[in-house]
Amino acid sequence: MKINLKQAWHTLKNKPGFESFLASAAAIGIGLIFGFLLLVIFKAEKSVYGLSQILVVGFSSAAKFSKVLYQAAPLIMTGLSVGFAFKTGLFNIGASGQYMLGMFMALYSGIVWQFPWYAALIMAMLGGAIWGAMPGLFKAYFNVNEVITSIMFNWIGLFAVNVLLANIPMVLADYYGASNPDRTANMSAANKAAIIPKWGLDTLFDSTYMNISIFMAIILAVIIYFVLNRTTFGYELKACGFNRNASIYAGINAKRNIVLSMVIAGSLAGFGGGLYYLSGTAQYTIEKLLATMGFNGIPVALLATSNPIGIIFSALFISYIQVGGEAMQPEFAKEIVDIIISVIIYLSAFSLLLKGIIRKLIKQSATAGKEVAP
Amino acid sequence: MSDFIIEMLQITKEFPGIKANDNITLQLKKGEVHALLGENGAGKSTLMSILFGLYQAEHGEIHKNGQKVLINNPNDANALNIGMVHQHFKLVEVFSVLENIILGVEPTKYSVLKRNEARQKIVQLSQQYKLSVEPDALIEDISVGMQQRVEILKMLYRDNEILIFDEPTAVLTPQEIKELMAIIRGLKAEGKSILFITHKLNEIMEVADRCTVLRKGQCIGTVDIDQTSVEELSRMMVGRPVQLIVDKADLIPGEIVLAVEHLTVASKLHKNNAVKDVSFNVRAGEIVCLAGIEGNGQSELIYALTGIEKPVSGRLTLKGHDLTKSSIRDRSKAGISHIPEDRHKFGLVLDYSLAENLVLQRYWEPRFHQNGLINREAVNQYADNLISKYDIRSGQGAQTIVRSMSGGNQQKAIVAREIDKNPELLIAIQPTRGLDIGAIEYIHTQLVAQRDSGKGVLLVSLELDEVMNVSDRILVIYEGNIVGEFDPKETTVEQLGLYMAGARRNDVKGGQV
Ligand SMILES: Nc1ncnc2c1ncn2[C@@H]1O[C@H](COP(=O)(O)OP(=O)(O)OP(=O)(O)O)[C@@H](O)[C@H]1O
Ligand SMILES: [Mg+2]
Repeated sequence: MKINLKQAWHTLKNKPGFESFLASAAAIGIGLIFGFLLLVIFKAEKSVYGLSQILVVGFSSAAKFSKVLYQAAPLIMTGLSVGFAFKTGLFNIGASGQYMLGMFMALYSGIVWQFPWYAALIMAMLGGAIWGAMPGLFKAYFNVNEVITSIMFNWIGLFAVNVLLANIPMVLADYYGASNPDRTANMSAANKAAIIPKWGLDTLFDSTYMNISIFMAIILAVIIYFVLNRTTFGYELKACGFNRNASIYAGINAKRNIVLSMVIAGSLAGFGGGLYYLSGTAQYTIEKLLATMGFNGIPVALLATSNPIGIIFSALFISYIQVGGEAMQPEFAKEIVDIIISVIIYLSAFSLLLKGIIRKLIKQSATAGKEVAP
Repeated sequence: MSDFIIEMLQITKEFPGIKANDNITLQLKKGEVHALLGENGAGKSTLMSILFGLYQAEHGEIHKNGQKVLINNPNDANALNIGMVHQHFKLVEVFSVLENIILGVEPTKYSVLKRNEARQKIVQLSQQYKLSVEPDALIEDISVGMQQRVEILKMLYRDNEILIFDEPTAVLTPQEIKELMAIIRGLKAEGKSILFITHKLNEIMEVADRCTVLRKGQCIGTVDIDQTSVEELSRMMVGRPVQLIVDKADLIPGEIVLAVEHLTVASKLHKNNAVKDVSFNVRAGEIVCLAGIEGNGQSELIYALTGIEKPVSGRLTLKGHDLTKSSIRDRSKAGISHIPEDRHKFGLVLDYSLAENLVLQRYWEPRFHQNGLINREAVNQYADNLISKYDIRSGQGAQTIVRSMSGGNQQKAIVAREIDKNPELLIAIQPTRGLDIGAIEYIHTQLVAQRDSGKGVLLVSLELDEVMNVSDRILVIYEGNIVGEFDPKETTVEQLGLYMAGARRNDVKGGQV
């Protein structure tokens, strides 16, 4: 038995992704410890309670777990958006704006055109794709850095969506008799067919949050993984990301690939917006705030070192501690979880350093093992 | 007190799948120039990186002046007065020469940079060692030769006594190499101890006092240069006698493969055209060599031929097909292969595996995918085949990440990929840069084999020995014009030199048809 474990450890530690995994795990651990220290500083007597809320609430009931899945689905999508672009050498900081456009197209087509949910989701992808294409075109044809344009398009997207929504009475809640004119309509009043189906999961989990969106997100993550690693298209995209000059010299159309890559990234984020706002439980409030779901795609992707399969788990994790963070109210502000997440991002940015340390530790344990052996 | 300033004793270093250094001992005397010779991937850079603290050896000790020392990182090395010029330079492109030299050891007073003091020291050093640099120029604007002088000044500025040069001449023009040899002699005269890696045996014979030879990670021996010869060194290194002169039969060239007519290409550096109304052909069964001093339009001409840049005017045809407006991919399909001059920039995706790099020019062929799904088995099989055929050495075979391969083996991968496409026209730019003599011999044989099988070869080389040795016809390019055409059997290196320097010219229009 012991020998088997040793062998397993040996094969595991030589896997290329293993160090990245440990580095992310270390970042998470340190982030949580830091969060705990904050809790101690704010309210020492409740700190253990606070931490346990963060750590266990997500699993405490089927309903809470549904909430975790419900938020994780769009997070996976924005994480994929950032991660996919990153694998192809682009920093898509515009997931937030693409997510907004996705939301808008989903709501508009679902309510005004009375599209069923799947058609509305396709419209959401289209909206995100158009918004992703903009920075891609600027980068490919005018060599404008995509970070700058995608930040600009986040704001343009936000205000464009707000203005549009505010001027389309039919999509707003008060049109259906509700009292708040600054919110979008409740889907069950506007178009039941546009609500993502629940397949009985809602009764099973005893939560209205539960629907099939998490499965759609996971399937898309697997597809993206497949495209990146097994297709000639993915091979070309990654080659451009790693070395644009060599790709051009190999006859790859780098400009086209930059645009395509941003279109796909945008459509993924847009799909996330559709998933969230077609759930039947979410209503968009017209505000001057960029969608955090879009920005949280960045830590999700970072934590997973942009690996699409890893993104599924990092999104689940981030969503999990967010649900926990909400549950520690009112003793603590839920923003503590945001701080924990930022510490984790900060550390994942140092993942190279962490990887180096982990490599040393593994080596030391290996030589220590050798010395013990006869 | 020992004779040796540095001793590396029984050094062993393993990488996944390969023992890069296997029980190597290297002893450096104070004030000597010690050459390190070995095939590509023999472990030379690895050994020097251990001395410079970039890698740690699993076994073995390093002694300085008889005392055991530990070198865990480049700062430790610096504290022991060890400096290194890397195979691929490590300079900050957007910083000035001066800033690069003082980076990390900036002289300050109340944390304000004492620029003048730094400048004085640099000027004094550059006069003492005849290393001319422009302190205020940006790295990205200066020549490779000057970049290298900056690297050397960096070491001298830190008062380093032990200077490591990893293939310093691979990227230099013949003129710059001459200057570097003089600099090395000057450094030696000032009492510096020098470790010098090169694949060029004549350089070793010229400046080195002793030479240690490595083969496949093992130390073959150390010899005094006075008591050895080029032949012996090459035999020690490769393990068999090497033929330095290419054998090639006389061949009557056939039909025209590449025809270039009145080609003009703009320059990115200045307003004038880099290539001016140039015409020539390459025929089946001949190796045409484009000789010239770097920066006379060779690069731009090649960019226009391969499609990386659009010409201003002119026409080019391959076997009668007009390719002037074709895309890079279409030219490649039509039968042009290209070994680029900058392997890291154009030739390889360093973070891809060797297999992925070997199919970089043909991954789209039906045999490597089904409806866009990569057929990994086919890719790996193809890669394994090339790896054994061209003797590309690496730790983990087809799955090795190319970044971790030795410089020479990276080059071999490109050569294998391009020749194996079986092109009508092979354009090879400095194809043997950084290769060991065994590999050079091999590549020359391959070029000749291409020619013998009725293909056209256009070779661009700065090395006149190579030019004289393999080509069937030599075109000299000077300031964007072809100023002379020669038969290597009827010309001399000296004569070529005169034309290359622009001292003489007889303009060739239309080439020899
Ligand atoms: N960082 C690394 N990771 C894995 N393998 C490596 C690494 N660096 C070098 N190697 C391997 O170690 C061997 C020795 O490489 P090294 O760079 O020392 O060769 P070299 O003698 O300098 O060759 P060249 O003349 O081609 O530069 C090679 O097989 C190379 O693939
Ligand atoms: Mg080397």
